[in-house]
Amino acid sequence: MKGVTRDRAISFGLVAPSIILIAVFVYGFIGFTGFSSLTKWDSMEPNFTFVGLHNYQRLFSTVPTDRFLCDLRNTVTFTIFFLVGCIVLGFALAVLLDRHVRGEGIFRNIFLFPMAISYIVTGVVWRWILSPGTSLTGSTGINLLFDKLGLGFLKWGWFTDANMVYIHPDSRFGVFLAHIGLGGLASPYIGISLAMISVVLAASWQMSGYTMAMYLAALRGIPTEMREAARVDGATELQVYMRVIVPMIRPVTLSAIIVLGHISLKIFDLVVSMTGPGPAFATDVPAYYMWDTTFRGNNFASGAAIATLLLLVVALLIIPYLVSTTRSEVRA
Amino acid sequence: MTALVPRRSVSVVYVLLCLACVLYLLPVYVLLVTGLKSFQEVSLATMWKFPSKLSLESFSRAWSGAYLGLTGLSVNFMNSVYITVPGTLISSLLGSMNGYVLSKWRFRGANVLFPLLLFGMFIPYQSILIPLVQVLQTIGIYGTRGGLIFCHVVYGIPITTLIFRNYYAAIPDELVEASKIDGAGILGIYFNILFPLSLPGFVVVMIWQFTSIWNDFLFAVVITSEPSLQPITVALNNLAGSFSVEWNVQMAGALIAALPTLLIYIFLSRYFMSGLLAGSVKG
Repeated sequence: MKGVTRDRAISFGLVAPSIILIAVFVYGFIGFTGFSSLTKWDSMEPNFTFVGLHNYQRLFSTVPTDRFLCDLRNTVTFTIFFLVGCIVLGFALAVLLDRHVRGEGIFRNIFLFPMAISYIVTGVVWRWILSPGTSLTGSTGINLLFDKLGLGFLKWGWFTDANMVYIHPDSRFGVFLAHIGLGGLASPYIGISLAMISVVLAASWQMSGYTMAMYLAALRGIPTEMREAARVDGATELQVYMRVIVPMIRPVTLSAIIVLGHISLKIFDLVVSMTGPGPAFATDVPAYYMWDTTFRGNNFASGAAIATLLLLVVALLIIPYLVSTTRSEVRA
Repeated sequence: MTALVPRRSVSVVYVLLCLACVLYLLPVYVLLVTGLKSFQEVSLATMWKFPSKLSLESFSRAWSGAYLGLTGLSVNFMNSVYITVPGTLISSLLGSMNGYVLSKWRFRGANVLFPLLLFGMFIPYQSILIPLVQVLQTIGIYGTRGGLIFCHVVYGIPITTLIFRNYYAAIPDELVEASKIDGAGILGIYFNILFPLSLPGFVVVMIWQFTSIWNDFLFAVVITSEPSLQPITVALNNLAGSFSVEWNVQMAGALIAALPTLLIYIFLSRYFMSGLLAGSVKG
């Protein structure tokens, strides 16, 4: 019996350092950041004068800068296109590979290898590929390739394009929205930042292999009998997918949305190396703004407020997921 | 009819797959073609053309060239090695111990503790950076490679613990119980039974940690400011951000930065896959 109590003590000793480190460096630090976001700390010297939610109010206003509102719009643009891109592309590749094609391993590796690479490398390469060129240099990068292939009409400014797609308040639809009390929707902050599409392309190149791998594993887990049964019942190949397979892999889609969604909220490295904040903050994101304002501008309180908001949104996405996966594990 | 349709659909599948491969390999083509050109041959108009003569000039300049105020990447490559290797080893060992206790010596409260631990791998690190810098400055390891290793070890705990816990959970409890009856203690069981069985688990965790530490940029850029101490991701970003550096040197630098993790991926892709799927919290 004595050995058992000693073993218990040792087991605590083994995990205690990790528990303490996580308690301090994750939870303690989050608490400190949250506290800092309520203070006046805007220079190298810490200043913990309490200012309430002032820093948050400033983020959501257009004075002195509308940067955070631009960031939110860009994050929404990025998240939607990135999720749709990765899920559609990943699923399509998985369906193609699921047919037991020859050389499957090689194909799979080609679709997955970008995941092994740093976002910095990805950003450097894609910036070179998508550099549109200037009037001085002529077309460069992919625009040059389009020219050579006779697809010149596809050329555009890529990540240098500062245009937004949104409902103009003066347009007929904008006036109509204002009329029914939804005038707030007709604003450049509710829309699509076109420059962001370039970042989405690079990010999807890097991450779609991940959804492909998850879908492929799920497809392989569906018993052949189920497909056969549906075929015997006279279902076409398309119906087999729509009625049998898509519903069965729904949990994978949900995991992919959560994992990729939280990656898109945190996207930072790729923006740094590929575009920076872009023209009129067209490719700025909250994670970049936080780093910029905190470690370059010394606006610690404002940076802490952005970080806290970022954490809250990620937590809203991740906590239900963590609770449900760990709970189902306990039940099993 | 039954014979014709499948054959046509199979060739359609191949055409689509090959098309996708071309798209996925396009950046690799650009990297290689640009990096392997000599300086005389580099021009914007010929960026998609194959070099007429292969030249390693860009690689040697990116690697060692004291290039317009920037030091060569060789220093930073070695920094990455010095940071990644110890970081990977220490965090794997910690994860293995945690995983062992959490799977075979479950204590009360472990069910609450585990999700709390896991949450640490999903947080945006922006939410801990401000106090992190303050604390590292106070301990005196801010701006050092040791400080960066420390961060990677601490924030690597959740993922390494998760992978090892799932790995050890698959090892039958009877094995542990039987050794307990034979009088083996907690450490004896770990070193004599679990550890020798964990080699594949270690490979998965070490690949995962190596890749994420090597590829890290956020911690590196915030914690190291001295160019001679910065890892390769930060140095590559600086190299690429400087307008005076030609594209072919940038591409050569990008290839150098990507090479270690790419090689690991090419030779150990099977283990890379299992780490990837474990990373999505699939029990």
